[in-house]
Amino acid sequence: MPTIIFIEPDGAEYPIAVKSGTTARDAAVNNGVPGIDGDCGGECACATCHVHVDAAWMARTGMAEPGGMEANLLQFAEGSTENSRLACQITMTDDLDGLMLRIPDGQH
Amino acid sequence: MTTDTLARDPASTVPLSQMDVSDPKLFQSDTIGSYFARLRREDPVHYCPESAYGPYWSVTKFNDIMQVEVNHQTFSSEAKLGGIALQDMQGGEASLELEMFIAMDPPKHDAQRKAVSPVVAPSNLALLEPIIRERAGFILDSLPIGEEIDWVDRVSIELTTMTLATLFDFPWEERRKLTRWSDVTTATPETGVVSSFEQRREELLECAQYFKDLWDKRANEPPKPDLISMMVHSPATRDMPYLEFLGNLLLLIVGGNDTTRNSISGGVLALNQNPAEYRKLMADPGLIPKMIPEIIRWQTPLTHMRRTALMDAEIGGRKIRKGDKVVMWYLSGNRDDEVIDRPNEFIIDRPNSRHHLSFGFGVHRCMGNRVAELQLRIIWEEILKRFSKVEVVGAPERTLSNFIRGFTYLPVKLHPH
Ligand code: HEM
Ligand code: FES
Repeated sequence: MPTIIFIEPDGAEYPIAVKSGTTARDAAVNNGVPGIDGDCGGECACATCHVHVDAAWMARTGMAEPGGMEANLLQFAEGSTENSRLACQITMTDDLDGLMLRIPDGQH
Repeated sequence: MTTDTLARDPASTVPLSQMDVSDPKLFQSDTIGSYFARLRREDPVHYCPESAYGPYWSVTKFNDIMQVEVNHQTFSSEAKLGGIALQDMQGGEASLELEMFIAMDPPKHDAQRKAVSPVVAPSNLALLEPIIRERAGFILDSLPIGEEIDWVDRVSIELTTMTLATLFDFPWEERRKLTRWSDVTTATPETGVVSSFEQRREELLECAQYFKDLWDKRANEPPKPDLISMMVHSPATRDMPYLEFLGNLLLLIVGGNDTTRNSISGGVLALNQNPAEYRKLMADPGLIPKMIPEIIRWQTPLTHMRRTALMDAEIGGRKIRKGDKVVMWYLSGNRDDEVIDRPNEFIIDRPNSRHHLSFGFGVHRCMGNRVAELQLRIIWEEILKRFSKVEVVGAPERTLSNFIRGFTYLPVKLHPH
């Protein structure tokens, strides 16, 4: 079971172990990680699951595909950067074990 | 009701081929629900060949609506194609050439939304929260106890106007101008709000001049956290052509006016109709943040958004043709039991309460949704501090509209703790 480490704006860490194939959004929502609402249910349609991927992990998660729906939505999210992803578009695999995702301040 | 009138209930007897859910009276009488229930069951993507608004498709299921929302390449919001409501947007004299990004497609939509969205970003809203709370308290403290009052006029309109005035740092004594301009922006002579397009034009020009003066004044003052000051001083917006600035400003006013107002009224009515939920709330005010999305789902302040198909497409197995008018009925999707458990019940601690359609989805998803939620949360926190009950003491009157789902009158009595 790969583990995701969610990091809150105040530095608090939430390590969550999930089955491969689970999205980072579901991991957060189903385990009560604060700051990720995931209003659309993971359909890439609301941008309430915005996270910043830790720089060291960017090569493995990749960026949001330019021009795609994920990038479309991220352009309006507060504090969006090159490391921004929507957590519902990150599917966990063993390869991503230890992935660090930072939750933007004030998302909720 | 006798069995005879039940049997003749038009929602169940009208042939599907003649079913037209656009009649504003069905919304005013709040009888539209049974029509949508039948469509969800029998014809979830429904074609109406003839109506006061021309032919149109009704999309009534939650997941089908979501598919339309996320496919802006096929389903356009463009004003020139008719825009975002059943009623086509009018060009020429009516429009005053005010362009708003809610009725634009990417990429133009994206550039404008990006420029304006920081003003409603959570970090900025946090700065305004204490002022909104203080003013909400002031309005509530001035209400008479134990006397019948109209909640719509005395509270819902007043609170919404107050918040808008705070967001814009609008001159306080003149704040009802904002309400008026919002009403005028969406008005046609048929609504009775204005008597002619000429009058509408004149009032909007007055509004334009007023904001121009505010803009110039803020430009000469140091930056502050109000929306106008932010737009004047931000590199992304300060050189915006004036009509574009005005269009965006009015969009914020219109977007945040009726919607929030009717959510405030709708919440009071829903809690009165569900006394067990009201008791649950009084026993645990900590439920307020969970309750707010449920109120917004329950009320669904905008019944629908409309799109125009830019190419042939398919929704729920039905063939849509290029140029067709496609209406996403949020009010129906929000009652779809395939996605929402016990959708016809108002449950303030619903586990998945944020999963509703009232704010839309995709690139046009409501930009002010955090403002709306913040405002509703503050208001309910302040109401609970002061009153043991806001009691509805008579029949509400609903808005005659197939777009705005709301109230024109809601008689209540306030009970102290
Ligand atoms: C409960 C209250 C509200 C409801 C139910 C609501 C609903 C909506 C809906 C359904 C849309 C269109 C979504 C679509 O086309 O897919 C929308 C867009 C919008 N709303 Fe709201 N709204 C509310 C409050 C507000 C407030 C308070 C503001 C401003 C402060 C606001 C500003 C906007 C703007 C600017 C857009 C256009 C977004 C775009 O096209 O990208 N709304 N809203
Ligand atoms: S959950 Fe809505 S975009 Fe990720």
